Amino acid sequence: MEIKKPKIKSMQYEDFKDNAYLEKMVAEINAEGTNVLLSSLDDLINWGRSNSLWPLTFATSCCGIEFMALGAARYDMARFGFEVARASPRQADMIMVCGTITDRMAPVLKRLYDQMPEPKYVVAVGGCAVSGGPFKKSYHVVNGVDQIMPVDVYIPGCPPRPESFYYGMMQLQRKVKLEKFFGGVNRKEKEEK
Amino acid sequence: MFDFSIVSSWIHGLLTGFMPEGLAIFLECVVIGVCIMLMYAVLAIILIYMERKVCAFFQCRLGPNRVGKYGLMQVFADVFKMLIKEIITLKSSDRLLYNLAPYMVILASILSFACLPINKGMEVLDFNIGVFFLMAASSIGVVGILLAGWSSNNKFTLIGAMRSGAQIISYELSVGLSILTMVVLTGTMQFSEIVANQADGWNIFKGHVPALIAFIIYLIAGNAETNRGPFDLPEAESELTAGYHTEYSGMHFGFFYLAEYLNLFIVSGVAATVFLGGWMPFHVSGLDGFNSIMDFIPGFVWFFGKAFFVVFLLMWIKWTFPRLRIDQILKLEWKYLVPISMFNLLLMVLIVVFGLHF
Amino acid sequence: MNIKDRILEIVPEAQFAEQGDLTATIPAESFHALAERLKYDKDTQFDYLLSLTGMDWGETLGVVYHLESTVYGHTIVLKTMTANRENPELPSVSDLWKAAEFNEREVFDFFGIRFINHSDMRRLYLREDWVGYPLRKDYDDSLNPLRMTNEVTEDTTEELSLDEEGNLVNKTNVLFEDKEYVVNIGPQHPATHGVLRFRTSLEGETIKKIEPYCGYIHRGIEKMNESLTYPQTLALTDRLDYLGAHQNRHAVCMCVEKAMGVEVSERVQYIRTIMDELQRIDSHLLFYSCACMDLGGLTAFFYGFRDREKILDIFEATTGGRLIQNYNTIGGVQADIAPDFVKNVKEFIAYLRPLLKEYHDVFTGNVITQQRFKGVGVLTREDAISFGATGGTGRASGWACDTRKRKPYAMYGKVDFKEIVYTEGDCFARYMVRMDEILESMKIIEQLIDNIPEGDYQVKMKPIIRVPEGNYFASVEASRGEFGVFIESHGDKFPYRMKYRSTGLPLVSVIDTITRGAKIADLIAIGATLDYVVPDIDR
Repeated sequence: MEIKKPKIKSMQYEDFKDNAYLEKMVAEINAEGTNVLLSSLDDLINWGRSNSLWPLTFATSCCGIEFMALGAARYDMARFGFEVARASPRQADMIMVCGTITDRMAPVLKRLYDQMPEPKYVVAVGGCAVSGGPFKKSYHVVNGVDQIMPVDVYIPGCPPRPESFYYGMMQLQRKVKLEKFFGGVNRKEKEEK
Repeated sequence: MFDFSIVSSWIHGLLTGFMPEGLAIFLECVVIGVCIMLMYAVLAIILIYMERKVCAFFQCRLGPNRVGKYGLMQVFADVFKMLIKEIITLKSSDRLLYNLAPYMVILASILSFACLPINKGMEVLDFNIGVFFLMAASSIGVVGILLAGWSSNNKFTLIGAMRSGAQIISYELSVGLSILTMVVLTGTMQFSEIVANQADGWNIFKGHVPALIAFIIYLIAGNAETNRGPFDLPEAESELTAGYHTEYSGMHFGFFYLAEYLNLFIVSGVAATVFLGGWMPFHVSGLDGFNSIMDFIPGFVWFFGKAFFVVFLLMWIKWTFPRLRIDQILKLEWKYLVPISMFNLLLMVLIVVFGLHF
Repeated sequence: MNIKDRILEIVPEAQFAEQGDLTATIPAESFHALAERLKYDKDTQFDYLLSLTGMDWGETLGVVYHLESTVYGHTIVLKTMTANRENPELPSVSDLWKAAEFNEREVFDFFGIRFINHSDMRRLYLREDWVGYPLRKDYDDSLNPLRMTNEVTEDTTEELSLDEEGNLVNKTNVLFEDKEYVVNIGPQHPATHGVLRFRTSLEGETIKKIEPYCGYIHRGIEKMNESLTYPQTLALTDRLDYLGAHQNRHAVCMCVEKAMGVEVSERVQYIRTIMDELQRIDSHLLFYSCACMDLGGLTAFFYGFRDREKILDIFEATTGGRLIQNYNTIGGVQADIAPDFVKNVKEFIAYLRPLLKEYHDVFTGNVITQQRFKGVGVLTREDAISFGATGGTGRASGWACDTRKRKPYAMYGKVDFKEIVYTEGDCFARYMVRMDEILESMKIIEQLIDNIPEGDYQVKMKPIIRVPEGNYFASVEASRGEFGVFIESHGDKFPYRMKYRSTGLPLVSVIDTITRGAKIADLIAIGATLDYVVPDIDR
């Protein structure tokens, strides 16, 4: 059965700037082929999963305030279903790394990531989490969270506007919609040094 | 009034027509069990959606509105996701108790839920000591919470479980005393009779002053029983991570989550039954035309309407007040609520003895 | 009473600097005696240690102390050096000023100077297994690759002291006994307002002792500054206390402008003052929201954020940023104010005034709030001064520490506003100080907003900015306290040492003192009302 392009409500497929990686994933899945029953089940499960991504409350610095503003009344991420931010990693689906990760914090973050149950996603928010940001030359900053864990979506900005957060979250939703329940997940990971 | 015993006796007649009595009863029990669990799940979904929307409207925002029209499918998405999450087994937890705890909490919740009379003839567990059984069954939940906190092998969960245990055990006194006040007024502990006695007026009107005091105390204590509202210190998100259920993931956590909302509903359901008349419509003695119009609306509509009204009240309280500290919670109970309840009970006894009620 | 004469009287070998602020260089042996005299003498009474900065002067290491008297208002800068680089030791002043406890640990962490008679000589920001001292000029970063192993937390610490012959003796102090019930709060925790770790020793619900562990967001800004030009260092100041972005940048620009003798136009002074006050309102609204959220009244959180968004709109129209503004520059501001700036600000003030009454109705008057705040976490005035806890916290304890009144800068000397001081020192006083300060800020803005004079928004500066040699210090009243900038320049276009006097470090050091005997829930209330921002502590 053919997997269709992932659809996000009230936003055109063409408005997303980068569809190439999704189309590659779709081609991969279609090449392997799936039967109708399993892929309908997958669709249902992926619909459920993509609309109910619960973030872990994790904010180290400035981007955390923009994350709080995202949850507040004007931008209201509850509309998407994301507002249930759990404090315990065992109950969260994804971790939005907002803020700089320092050398002292890196093992703590890895431990938090390890404690989360599958399927879990990582969103690197802000310049510092993507690549070290303004603090790239510092002796105590990890240059990007993908040095220590696999990242699914990068949201650049210093700090990114709440609308950029939404763009990143919708990209994540599209990626979740293309996962196979019994199959692999497409993630970007650097070698551990 | 729509009487559900018509339906249940028709089904019983049908089944005993072609199978022995014992088998028919067994089959009926299975069906009822399935129906209760279905209703439990559906009510939980409705309540979770209601909470998210109500809290959003209090906070000047919209709440879920993208998943299905008005966000109605949001909780279904949450349920699907919860069902397929990985259930993590901890390395150094007490395996049996850790896995047992969520089931104990759900067990207590379903047992109490089964006691509520939803319509005339539609009650599942109806003993002559119904009230007493309900309070005893809901106490089993404390065991589940304490087990969860202890067996997670985590200092935070232990603190959360201890707090919760102390709080629930203390507030059961107030709950018991306020319901006892109404038992004194109605003279029976059986739920179906309590509701039937309110045909000429709800208990809260019949018992005027002490019934009103008992209602308020019951609301406060019931709130504390379910770890909600100003009393949610044991699972205070901004204090102890997630309290006693920190280490649970996937469906085990789902059970705790569900049980919290259903306990809220049960507290409201009991309040609606004992104080507000259960499935009994609103009758004014003397206005027969008005009364027969009220009788047209079926009993379960009345019951759910009243229960959801009380749920809304409790949600309103939760989203307005900040949290109390644990020693303030216990002080409130032992130094204020229990003496007031006991005095109230005495007052009600005097009123009943001297016939001063309506 | 001339301070210079008094110092020469006590320590005849003291030397005074030629340029910049008045600095006295004191030899290490007589330093502690001088410090004690300066603190306790009736006519000097230097009871407030503003800033304690470690320095690396090539051949020796040393420390620069900024002292101030809350009674008389005079200030002095003292400098002292170690004998050599290999075994640097200095006498500790933590018995005189409690602010020195954490600051000296920071100097040990960055420079390796060990302080004699300091009861807890451990690193503050970096891991215990870190090799080397980062802020020394000869630091080798390759010795410290990213370590992903979990840190081993020690329960004991070291103290150095001198015995009778003058030899150094190591003593071990115990932090936590084996039998204590120690719980780890943080670093990832919803209520610590950032990544701060507290190891708490509990007895049931009561707190016996708290040890804070900082450094989880230590980004090494001070070391980075030494290789950036002055305009480039401005880029990082917004990210320190991001809720005081305008104020932090204002401090740095003020310091450099003072050092170079640049006068900014009056229009710039007006704009800087108005932006500072808007930033203060923004920060206090966020304080209100987070305090309510921590206490469980989640609805008020949304109300505070909703109003904060209006200020962010005003900022965005002029500076382009919501949180990180990049607005002040050396010699002026980045761009002129937007055309409808004045109108928007006036509308906003008219909108916010009645809402503050609503906030008080929803949260402050609630009996639960009052029970949770009143009498909890009392900080005495002497402790506040000794720790250097400025800002709303200091003013709630009865210490009138507002920098806008003590050392007026920009337009603060010419506007009329009250300094809000409460005396109880508990959580409720700290909360009310900030709520009342919002009203005062609105009053200041109202006096200035209609009279912004015409003029340049930027003074013409040379393309390469070189600050003349010497030590310079400037401080502003940031949203959380006195934010100071200390620059030591050797005439280059890079600062030789640029240190930020943090507003949050004294607040964290106060926590152990005021939470003894309180409950865990009180720790949350205290943390919420102390109102620190962790990147400002860790820099």
